[in-house]
Amino acid sequence: MSAPLDPGAAISIRGLVKRYGDRNAVDGVDLDIRRGEIFALLGPNGAGKTTTVEILEGYRSRDGGDVAVLGQDPAEGGRRWRAEIGIVLQSGAGDSQLTCAELLTAQAAYYPDPRDPAEVLELVGLTEKAGARGRSLSGGQRRRLDVALGIVGRPTLLFLDEPTTGFDPEARRQFWSLIRSLRDLGTTMLLTTHYLDEAEELADRVGVITAGRLVEVAVPAELGGRGQAPAVVSWTEDGARRSQDTPTPTALVAELAARFPGEVPDLAVARPTLEDVYLQMIGQSR
Amino acid sequence: MSAPSLPPLARVYRVRAAVELKEFFRQRESVVFTLMFPVILLVVFGAVLDYDIGNGVSFTQYFMAGVIAAGILGASLQNMAIGIATERSDGTLKHLAGTPMPKSAYFVGKIAQVVAVTVATIVILLVVGVVLYGVDLPSGTQWLTFAWVALLGSAACTLLGIAVSSLAKNGRSASATVTPVALVLQFISGVFFRFDQIPTWMQTISSFFPLKWMAQGLRSVFLPDVLATQEPAGSWELGRVALVLTAWVVVGLLLCVRTFRWRDRADG
Repeated sequence: MSAPLDPGAAISIRGLVKRYGDRNAVDGVDLDIRRGEIFALLGPNGAGKTTTVEILEGYRSRDGGDVAVLGQDPAEGGRRWRAEIGIVLQSGAGDSQLTCAELLTAQAAYYPDPRDPAEVLELVGLTEKAGARGRSLSGGQRRRLDVALGIVGRPTLLFLDEPTTGFDPEARRQFWSLIRSLRDLGTTMLLTTHYLDEAEELADRVGVITAGRLVEVAVPAELGGRGQAPAVVSWTEDGARRSQDTPTPTALVAELAARFPGEVPDLAVARPTLEDVYLQMIGQSR
Repeated sequence: MSAPSLPPLARVYRVRAAVELKEFFRQRESVVFTLMFPVILLVVFGAVLDYDIGNGVSFTQYFMAGVIAAGILGASLQNMAIGIATERSDGTLKHLAGTPMPKSAYFVGKIAQVVAVTVATIVILLVVGVVLYGVDLPSGTQWLTFAWVALLGSAACTLLGIAVSSLAKNGRSASATVTPVALVLQFISGVFFRFDQIPTWMQTISSFFPLKWMAQGLRSVFLPDVLATQEPAGSWELGRVALVLTAWVVVGLLLCVRTFRWRDRADG
């Protein structure tokens, strides 16, 4: 028997199960996401990320377990509850003949205490596109409009499902600073992404889900024992590339420095990246 | 501290109505194919088929009833089936379902769209008919008949359109299915040809669908009563028109309630 739901958490999940046919797409997930936290859910395609998130968003029913999102079972969440959450879907918000400003103004009208649509456009960097129709925007602009629609209702909790897929590196960096400013406004965020650098950059904690199970939850620097993992020191000696795993890279570098007359050829000290530990984790469970 | 209250229904309804009107009237394809297509038909048929159908009544006067019925069908059934299937497959519906918008507001917006497009279609058709072809406008209680036939017919066809949208995979497949079906119905329901000259078995098939009854009800509005003798039944059968259209409203409503989905089937 697992612990009871945490009523103070933004999201609390115990023993969540979702079945498709005879397969458990989500297979006993337990998780608490604190208020004000940015939590990134990582995992390969088909691991159960979107299914889990869509259960939390109230789009899908569950076959087992307990869930509370802002203290409410999402399967029974009414308009009041919906007014507290913002959703940026993987598929976006659809095609439209309306301008960005009109779309945001209409969306704001569904909420009790919306943000000013003009301020939201400013926040996502679409002020210049206020009068442009939704369907005339580029992919990256469309995604920013999706985010604008997700936050105009002043949500306490924001779901972002692969928000930066298809962004160029610059657009992604702009998006990250948008997410940070939302965090500063106190918004809790649950993010799914395929980009490990994005998770490392934004998330307070990351969770890795594979085959419907949450295999680890940790701060990005500690995931998969990354904090204690040995460093890899590599250099070139006698014309050959040499490398050595060591828990004490400083000592090894000092030893190398003493051994070579000048610079140690091609010296590099590497720690496993989030991507390394992530790939190892999802590789193990397959 | 009390949380601010949800916006009043009436305001959300107004917002959705405005959204739906902009979505329709800003899209060139929908304006041309839904709104203007019946007008083009009227102009072409009025010019080509200029003959006397008896008692000094022109074919254009007859066609007026049929083309208005076809216009109502386009503004409601075809428009809803294609529009909602598109919004379901491109994620618009799923997005809306994730907001605190009351679900009823979506349908109120759609009804506002159908009403606006239907009224616009009818007004343009009447003006073109009168100006170009000297069509006689209805008079007296004929306007009342016009109103209830148009209202019941568009209600039935709107509901059917919403139900049909759930069968289609996306907007394009809805268009590819609904457009030819509508065209065939128009041919066998007395829109383009005099209904009494259509083979009996086709008359029988068409009488299962609302279009035939809308066209028949509207003929009673646009044609002199002496021509009621040309009807297969020998009369306008207005009671039966009301009955069949009302039955379709009920069936359409039941189908909508049972089949409407906020998400695409491909979305699991």
